[in-house]
Amino acid sequence: MTNEEIKRRPSNPWYEAGRRLLKNRIGLLGIAFIGILVFIAIFAPLIAPYDPLAQNIMGRYKAPSSEHLLGTDEMGRDILSRIIYGSRISLQVGLFSVSIALVTGVFLGLLAGYYGGFWDMLIMRIMDIMLAFPAILLAIAIVAILGPQLRNAMLAIGIINIPRFARIVRSSAISIKESEYILAAKMMGASDVRIIFFHLLPNAMAPLIVQTTLSIATAILEAAALSFLGLGAQPPTPEWGAMLTDARSSLQQAPWVATFPGLAIIFGVLGFNLLGDGLRDALDPKMKNV
Amino acid sequence: MTSYIIKRLIALIPVIIGVALVVFLIIHLIPGDPAQTMLGERATVEAIEQLRESMGLNEPLYIQFISFFKGLLSGDLGRSVMSNNPVLNEISVRFPATLELSFCAMIFAVGVGIPAGIFAATHQNSFFDNASMLIALVGVSMPIFWLGLMLIWLFAVILGWLPPSSRLSVGVELDYITNILLVDSIIQLNWDAFKDVFSHLILPSVALGTIPLAIIARMTRSSMLEVLKQDYIRTAYSKGLQDRIVVYKHALKNAFIPIITVVGLQFGVLLGGAVLTETIFSWPGLGKYLVDAIYARDFPVVQGGILFFAIAFVLVNLLVDISYAAIDPRIEYK
Repeated sequence: MTNEEIKRRPSNPWYEAGRRLLKNRIGLLGIAFIGILVFIAIFAPLIAPYDPLAQNIMGRYKAPSSEHLLGTDEMGRDILSRIIYGSRISLQVGLFSVSIALVTGVFLGLLAGYYGGFWDMLIMRIMDIMLAFPAILLAIAIVAILGPQLRNAMLAIGIINIPRFARIVRSSAISIKESEYILAAKMMGASDVRIIFFHLLPNAMAPLIVQTTLSIATAILEAAALSFLGLGAQPPTPEWGAMLTDARSSLQQAPWVATFPGLAIIFGVLGFNLLGDGLRDALDPKMKNV
Repeated sequence: MTSYIIKRLIALIPVIIGVALVVFLIIHLIPGDPAQTMLGERATVEAIEQLRESMGLNEPLYIQFISFFKGLLSGDLGRSVMSNNPVLNEISVRFPATLELSFCAMIFAVGVGIPAGIFAATHQNSFFDNASMLIALVGVSMPIFWLGLMLIWLFAVILGWLPPSSRLSVGVELDYITNILLVDSIIQLNWDAFKDVFSHLILPSVALGTIPLAIIARMTRSSMLEVLKQDYIRTAYSKGLQDRIVVYKHALKNAFIPIITVVGLQFGVLLGGAVLTETIFSWPGLGKYLVDAIYARDFPVVQGGILFFAIAFVLVNLLVDISYAAIDPRIEYK
């Protein structure tokens, strides 16, 4: 190895992880899926052939054709246009609800892991109680309290995902808070805030990134489920799950009403799941092939 | 072992009190007057006051929680606003249907998921391995209510092979004894009813079992791959043992702990999924009842249903923990 090569050799583990991710076929496929989804969401008004809310009672249940590529629904609305606009809602749900879970979970996990004692006991018992409910049921209970709205569904999904993040950060904080470099930082007079944000949090970053990506996938599925039950997005919002609500009664007559929004959900969720798997391989090479 | 089980049961008490508290608060966190919300805009002042009185909503909050918890211990979950029947009665009529569906879905998930995972692991990087793991990834990403719709469309609407909804065809006679219809038909040796019940169970079980199947297959594969790399497996092979014996006797036994954990965790997915599957297949179980109660704003039923699901989930997790000992004698309980 020449001196030049040694100089150029990256020492940053994030750079290494990024390189591994770009070599990982699963991760790349995930990035491609998410890229397409984000592109569609941003340019929805330019891509969608029709207004997603425009009704045409005379054109109900039209089969896929050159005029309506994915057909029309019970109100004569263009399904393709509704799916295109629905991508905005799904991304919004995924990002918003996971942000709630991430910020709250990280804060609680750090509090429990770093300070321990009473805070640890209190916070982790509350997390245990939340984990005692099947996730979607807890979300249903929260939406039943707050009322069926997309905003409340996002909040509910955010709340049910808090324990996952709290647990990850807590275990990471516990494992390193007694390390020598943390003691050294304390002896040098570093404040708790500095230790938490500059030392503890970066150590939990890899599992947090993986969990965030996988949680966005779950959040999109959960939001679609709540909307399907009539507890999330309300008509006429073009949300993918809500589009399936009335599809059962028209299965015989117009199966495309049920088929395409479901495929859109799979596309979006699969993208984040693939990226999550790819990131896990890239950030934790020991797990590769397992 | 016994002392471990007792300790675990004692540790459950604060969790169950916490769960009860959360469920209790469902009614009290409703914005506005819960009695008004339950009875609707057109309810008279007298009717609202009567409901407040009967549900004890006029009492201080801590008194309400104590009486709620006392009621819980004696099996009193209040009365349904819709039917005025005790909530526990309503739940006990419907839970067997949910149990039957969840059980069949789990048999499907475990019966297909574990063999698929083992085969994928023993044929790593083969076409089957890549294809099955891709299918598993799509399975995890699939909304079960959509899968349910697609199954109904294909097998009931297009092919006409299987019934699209409910538990029993009209005209098929069966006395309800346990309310688990497969069991009831066996007890009565009514094979026509058995066949009919079974055919009704296939589509919802497949819909409900697909996500757990995908997760179990992935976990089985990764757990087996981990074990198959161990030295004792190499030793077993070098002794000249057959593949079948090494895989099933040496590897699978050791790979089983994470598989059992994931199977136990999937029970929660099944209970949550039951809400969606029962809605799609008009399955008269607890999940559908819960959704109907939310639409009707029948909060005592919502409370009771969620509490029942949560306690069932907690108990299954406890059983899973205990079952580790039976599988792995290295685990000591202190």
